[in-house]
Amino acid sequence: MTANATAVAQRTDDIVADLATLEGPLLPILHAVQAAFGYVPQEALPRIAEGLNLSRAEVHGVMSFYHDFRTEPAGRHVVKLCRAEACQAQGADALAAHAQARLGTAFHGTAKGVTLEPVFCLGLCACGPAALVDGEVVGRLDAAKLDAILSEFGA
Amino acid sequence: MKIYVPRDAAAKALGAEAVAAAVLAEARARGLDVTLVRNGSRGMVFLEPLLEVETPEGRKAFGPVGAADVPGLFAANFGDHPLALGLTEAIPFLAGQTRLTFARVGVIDPLSLADYEAHGGLTGLRRALGMTSEQIVAEVKDSGLRGRGGAGFPTGIKWDTVAKAKAAQKYIVCNADEGDSATFADRMLMEGDPFTLIEGMAIAGIGTGATRGYVYIRSEYPDAIAVMEEAVKIARAAGLLGDNVLGSGRAFDMWIRTGAGAYVCGEETSLLNSLEGKRGVVRAKPPLPALEGFLGRPTVVNNVISLATVPVIFERGAAFYKDFGLGRSRGTIPLQIAGNVKFGGLYETAFGLSLGQIVDDIAGGTRSGRPVKGVEVGGPLGAYFPRALFDTPFGYEEFAGKEGLIGHAGLTVFDDSADMLKMARFAMEFCAIESCGKCTPCRIGAVRGMETVDRIARGDASAIPVLTDLCNTMKFGSLCALGGFTPYPVMSALTHFPDDFHAAHQEAAE
Repeated sequence: MTANATAVAQRTDDIVADLATLEGPLLPILHAVQAAFGYVPQEALPRIAEGLNLSRAEVHGVMSFYHDFRTEPAGRHVVKLCRAEACQAQGADALAAHAQARLGTAFHGTAKGVTLEPVFCLGLCACGPAALVDGEVVGRLDAAKLDAILSEFGA
Repeated sequence: MKIYVPRDAAAKALGAEAVAAAVLAEARARGLDVTLVRNGSRGMVFLEPLLEVETPEGRKAFGPVGAADVPGLFAANFGDHPLALGLTEAIPFLAGQTRLTFARVGVIDPLSLADYEAHGGLTGLRRALGMTSEQIVAEVKDSGLRGRGGAGFPTGIKWDTVAKAKAAQKYIVCNADEGDSATFADRMLMEGDPFTLIEGMAIAGIGTGATRGYVYIRSEYPDAIAVMEEAVKIARAAGLLGDNVLGSGRAFDMWIRTGAGAYVCGEETSLLNSLEGKRGVVRAKPPLPALEGFLGRPTVVNNVISLATVPVIFERGAAFYKDFGLGRSRGTIPLQIAGNVKFGGLYETAFGLSLGQIVDDIAGGTRSGRPVKGVEVGGPLGAYFPRALFDTPFGYEEFAGKEGLIGHAGLTVFDDSADMLKMARFAMEFCAIESCGKCTPCRIGAVRGMETVDRIARGDASAIPVLTDLCNTMKFGSLCALGGFTPYPVMSALTHFPDDFHAAHQEAAE
């Protein structure tokens, strides 16, 4: 499901008008657009480009550089599992394999309403494996704890 | 009764929100007048959530507390209880530290400016406001403070360059893109004592003639972003920021910006591009950011811990700070002890402890109870140290002398189940994922590096010299530390743990 194109253009124009005077406004604008729609719709890019006097290619280039910006909506829930070394030292690899098997999707995929993403460090390195579940931090995650979270999501 | 339950992300990740809710519910049920303070973390992550209660003798700690323990703690009137740890300050992990930068973290309410001032806050800024630009820069130089982000460049020299640059607008940019695994000092500081960072940035601004500042915080730190946003608002309302800093007639204001998940933006020039709204691609140096930084103007780019250490230097004097440490590594360093350890957390101490003291004595060895195999020091771009090098003292030059680096002072401990060939492959894979793509050694080298490690894993011994050669190219040919330092974990794994690489051939040959 994508948002209605006219509505996207209107809302994007408002966001751009709000933030264009910042020093270096593009990232704050992209964050605001993603916050508004849950992703950065294609239809928003030409509006941002026009508002900032940039080419559409430049805006696309910036958006696609950063891992955070989505080109399509995520699932109802987003689970970001830390894949960095400190969590690996505490069993993150096995947990990642478990999560993928249970959901039936690889990283970056969505299954059963849950989007599974890798993240490289949440700063919870002394209480790993760590995850960000719908924006909330979770530490000392194990298969049982993860299963409980996923069951709650109906996945 | 005053009760403290941290709001720090690590405490939250271990259930602090439920504990805080249980404290309020239990107090209500018992009709008790309880003031709940959401402090930062004391840094003892192994004891989180750590609940503290104020008593005439001092704060007493209980931990790790679950929400279900709360009624029992009230029933015991916060006295004898299986979770009782005694006076917080007397807990060995805390008692052994020298807390200068983190003196207030975990102690105060992070968003109470009154609490901040009552614990020495703003003393440094008030002193700086009575000094000339030259005196401020000289104070930082004299303290011996070096960049805590990892590069270790003398902070005072950077400030001097910006102070002497002529421009209509200069900037202070705080690098809070703390992406290295095993590091969380920036996060803890911002969540636990945000005004220290604001004060440090204000002093930097006054000292160099910069009137605007930005903190670039990674998006993976939603709690730190929220606390900093709030703290800046409070500081502005209190006249600590704005056109007339503390009534001095001097101007400095600052804003919070959020990154977007690119590790390379922790590199200062890439960060500046990102802040300008561009792809986070590394810039060639020169020009130095100190002369042509944000929007092409003179810019101080400092790490959170560097800037947050400035207030204590001005409060207690450069000589006081410089007195700690060893060699050219002056002052204190917040060690971040992570991975497979019994006592994980943040430990601020003077430079100079040996790696063995840190891993065996302070961290208490592994949580799994198995022998320590190696320690990666300095994040994903740092070297793996085997036990044979545990006598290395913690200092910039000392670690460089052993083909390693201290980086942002994060330590990841691995037990003997770790496969170092796999860790070497991960280092290359991480570099390939996060490379900005500007320079060839990093962009192509990381991908070829993965393939070459895979060849070794399949038993092809002839790939070992290829990997060594490739690492040499990356180390000397890359534009920034991402491609330039990825060889550290790879080569240290190969050098110190050859069995993990040779075992691969033997298995393949059989």
